[in-house]
Amino acid sequence: MKEQKPILSGAEIFFECLRREKVEIVFGYPGGAVLKLYEKLYDVDFLKHILVRHEQGATHMAEGYAKASGKTGVVLVTSGPGATNTVTGIADAYMDSVPIVVFTGQVPTHLIGNDAFQEADIVGITRPITKHSFLVRNIDELASTIKKAFYIASTGRPGPVLVDLPKDVINSVCEFEYPEKVELRGYKPTLLGHQNQIKKAADIIKNAKRLLFYVGGGVIMSGGHRELKLLAKENNIPVTMTLQGLGAFPMNEPQSLGMLGMHGTYWANQAVNNCDVLVSLGARFDDRVTGKVDAFATNAYKIHVDIDPTCIDKNVVVDLPIVGDVKHILAELAAEITSPPDFDDWWIQIQKWKEECPLHYEKHDGKLRTEYVLDCLNEFTKGEAVIVTDVGQHQMWTAQYYKFNHPRSHITSGGLGTMGFSVPASIGAAFAIKDRPVISISGDGGFQMNIQELVTAVYNKLPIKFIIINNSFLGMVRQWQELFHAEKYSFTDLGDSNPDFCKLGEAFGMKSFSTNKPEDVNPIFEEAFSINDGPVLIEFKVEKEDMVFPIIPSGATLKEMMTKRLDPKEMT
Amino acid sequence: MKHTITVLVENQFGTFNRVVTMFSGKGFNVNSLSIGETETPEISRMTIVTEGDDKIIEQVVKQLNRLIDTIKVVDLTAQPRVERELALITVYYQKGNRADIISVCNIFRGNIVDINNKTITIEVTGPPDKIDASINVLEAYGIKEMARSGTVALKRGEQIKPDKKEQVQKNNLQVDK
Repeated sequence: MKEQKPILSGAEIFFECLRREKVEIVFGYPGGAVLKLYEKLYDVDFLKHILVRHEQGATHMAEGYAKASGKTGVVLVTSGPGATNTVTGIADAYMDSVPIVVFTGQVPTHLIGNDAFQEADIVGITRPITKHSFLVRNIDELASTIKKAFYIASTGRPGPVLVDLPKDVINSVCEFEYPEKVELRGYKPTLLGHQNQIKKAADIIKNAKRLLFYVGGGVIMSGGHRELKLLAKENNIPVTMTLQGLGAFPMNEPQSLGMLGMHGTYWANQAVNNCDVLVSLGARFDDRVTGKVDAFATNAYKIHVDIDPTCIDKNVVVDLPIVGDVKHILAELAAEITSPPDFDDWWIQIQKWKEECPLHYEKHDGKLRTEYVLDCLNEFTKGEAVIVTDVGQHQMWTAQYYKFNHPRSHITSGGLGTMGFSVPASIGAAFAIKDRPVISISGDGGFQMNIQELVTAVYNKLPIKFIIINNSFLGMVRQWQELFHAEKYSFTDLGDSNPDFCKLGEAFGMKSFSTNKPEDVNPIFEEAFSINDGPVLIEFKVEKEDMVFPIIPSGATLKEMMTKRLDPKEMT
Repeated sequence: MKHTITVLVENQFGTFNRVVTMFSGKGFNVNSLSIGETETPEISRMTIVTEGDDKIIEQVVKQLNRLIDTIKVVDLTAQPRVERELALITVYYQKGNRADIISVCNIFRGNIVDINNKTITIEVTGPPDKIDASINVLEAYGIKEMARSGTVALKRGEQIKPDKKEQVQKNNLQVDK
């Protein structure tokens, strides 16, 4: 006898699909077009719905949750403005390959195109910033579309998928059947690398004299950090990481050279320029990494491992591409490389570079500096925290000074560079991480861009430490104005207009701290980290005009790297 | 250099938009683009003529492949292929030159598809350079308006059906025996 399929409403099908996809948490905001879904949600007990205060916050929370947990983040918003407010978060997830599924309400199908109330062509608007998108035009397609959305978002090179749900589709009923698996003839990510290419890569690595691993976020996404650690440690291979790659290899291991690129360490960038074999693992040769492309690792034989074929030869032409899952390919490489090559001379050279130009800042003038705050934070949390940064100077200093030892511990907006990311993303991360501290670090500018989400953190009693690095400036822009724009500090001084952040924190219901003295930093951490039943706010009033060094100017080469502020006396 | 790329895509809502916005978003050129159904109704074939150096064309092909709705992408440029375009060209005529225009039309193996007291409409089919040549000649008479379909192309030999292929292989095997 044929099994009878249940007849369910669109709203019931929606939540049944989320249950089958093992969704635990949804970040959302109700509205007219999704009322039916919220009506059903009232009775749903298998997932948590987090009410945000702005839909952009929902997308960043979903990103933070996804990056911290490795699961797919889910967003539910209404049509029109609800949908358009998610755009920045979707673009951010697209640039940094974060798996999120965004469900947007839509006006009923017969009104689509009529300029109906709260109508926006969100599928059209988000086409260039989604991995894929769907408009569900018939309830029969609802279950299979949701299945496809989760599959596409989380496989291959992950990314955001948008599903637009017209009101009448959600309100109608049909037989429910959840497909067991997804068949998409146009989408079959390559997972296993080409055998001969891997063998060839192993041969080249074995014969390298000055080998360097250049590691990106792909290693973390694929879960290949263990394979990387094993391979690099056993063969004593130097490893440098991109901003998104931080945490893929422990920074307390001697093989770690820290971050490369525009604000990367001198020795990591020297190693890139002087290596004879460069192995890129899940990285995409971004312009913030390469600087001037023609001068990037010119002497090196370049091997590029990536799951996305479009990344290969896009910015830098490589000698040996391997398309596939980097975790799998690292394991295969490890099996091929049986006797460790000799890199002693290479390490002596790298050590010299380290001594030539270490990271440094002024410690003895009694002034509070971001680098010092980060040194203290690193010490205090023993490198075990999950740090969610915003965009700007504090972000680069965090990448330089905090020693990330675990994957999924450094969460930041890299590709899009979205100010206002940290506050909501840290909330998303805090829902995923319960056994380690979650710390949000923002500048005074970015902190004010999604400040409304502090309510979400307080209401949900999340023990996040919201740190504000307040230099009364849009610091990174100010730095560029000083270095490259004739010292015209055009609209970057926030000093007179900033609110009292402590009073603000207290208005939201948070214990709040503020200081401008180095000796207060550790006592504040002691007290702030003892509060675990809700968030706290810590404002550090730091030196106003400090700059992030080293810096390689945009599109320049390592030769043009600046390591300190030029003394006016030296400028003739 | 010009490249003719043929793309099989899912015949679905929004697929065309995805391809077109990908081209504009990535800054790729489109010289012509045509789309229509194939022998399988749920699959459409797009023929895109684009221009760029090898690096750009490699990215065009990869980015097309990356779209979820794309089933197959083939750059036909280096392959034996049939390429056709159709143009409708409306030309002004005077009493004295109507016969000339008709003879130009015949030389290009075109058809007269419409005529009134001032203009004559010619249909020309062929490889894009033949269309260009016919337009060049007709321009002298004064072109009122013109519509070009964009190139459609197929690889030569693609018309062998799988069952026929098997038949050919079988025959070959028998010969070998």
